[in-house]
Amino acid sequence: MLPEIDFAGLLWIFVAASVVNNFTLSYFLGLCPFLGVSGRIETALRMGMANIFVLLVTSLCASLLNTFVLPHAPYLRLLAFIVVIASTVQFVEMAIKKLSPALFRALGIFLPLITTNCAILGLALFQTNKQYGFIEGIVFALGAGCGLTLALVLMAGIREENELATIPEALKGAAMSFLVAGILSMAFMGFAGLFSATS
Amino acid sequence: MASEQPTYEELIKGLWRENPVFIQLLGLCPALAVTNSAINALAMGAATTFVLVGSSLLVSSLRSLIPKQVRITTFIIVIATFVTVADFTLQALAPVVHKELGAFIALIVVNCLILGRQEAFASRHSQRPALADALGMSLGFSFALFLLGAIREILGSGSLFGVSLFGPDFEPWVIMILPPGGFITLGLLLGVFAWFKEHRERASQQAALDTGERRAA
Repeated sequence: MLPEIDFAGLLWIFVAASVVNNFTLSYFLGLCPFLGVSGRIETALRMGMANIFVLLVTSLCASLLNTFVLPHAPYLRLLAFIVVIASTVQFVEMAIKKLSPALFRALGIFLPLITTNCAILGLALFQTNKQYGFIEGIVFALGAGCGLTLALVLMAGIREENELATIPEALKGAAMSFLVAGILSMAFMGFAGLFSATS
Repeated sequence: MASEQPTYEELIKGLWRENPVFIQLLGLCPALAVTNSAINALAMGAATTFVLVGSSLLVSSLRSLIPKQVRITTFIIVIATFVTVADFTLQALAPVVHKELGAFIALIVVNCLILGRQEAFASRHSQRPALADALGMSLGFSFALFLLGAIREILGSGSLFGVSLFGPDFEPWVIMILPPGGFITLGLLLGVFAWFKEHRERASQQAALDTGERRAA
């Protein structure tokens, strides 16, 4: 069943999704949690974990839909993604609540909220556009999730420091967060060199 | 016409006082992702307007039929249907723009602005105020997108709508049309707005203080 796995290719997919084309910092996906819960490092980390989890479930659903359902009805793509992903996450959430209350507490309220996060639908769509297969999809989701977590944690760290800094009155709050995100995004652009250096 | 006044009020509040992007910070993902040129920003604004107005009208017409427990799911399905229509229409009419915007047209589904308006407004009001609210909000959204897109295109490519503005001597700030430019432009714009607001508040406080002193003297 399993075809030969191209590990170098998978590694590139992971690196590309996590740092070079970071979902938050270069596609602007998942900005709401990025600005909303990046106040403290610990919260940011938990949010990131929950995100990785939902992204994996999403990738799985999207692969299945792409293989079995959507070839017959391509115009249902958006509807199918949204409805199937939302209900699967809800279902998995109930299962976790029963099976592992500790894990459920760790992921917490974030799980249901993440479903309407644009990063989730974005992952499903990008995966379809790039025609990733099952395994590539999983790796892509893992990379995207790690990238999101990295961005969240970095942002939270900077914001914790920023609370003690003197910031002009007008820039306090959202404006400062955007400027910081801009500089972070600029730093991440450096990773684009990874690709041009090798190809 | 007693109902004229409130409808008008619903229409204009989205333009500035409750502007979705600059004041409520909603729908940021498309607001930053596709605003690397003015034309892309306008196309995104038009698509969002179509989806928001269409779903607001439909949701407000069906609001007595939608069971409360499944309302969010219903809204999402209505929105996703309109987005699918917009996606295919744009693909047929303007394939170049559709290619530029890529997956972001489809991502209108998860624009929190649209779902937010359905939940907060359209599902509680009749068609006319819902239409006014949707139009106002989407105009405000398009205006914000256009402002961001125009600033980024002028600085980043030295042109507006593809027409060169400064001649060949202009060195474009390439960073502005890349992702960091989006964050920085929005951050600075928010800062400028906050600064103006603070200024105006201080001026009005000063004016109140002055009249108080004059009265005391």
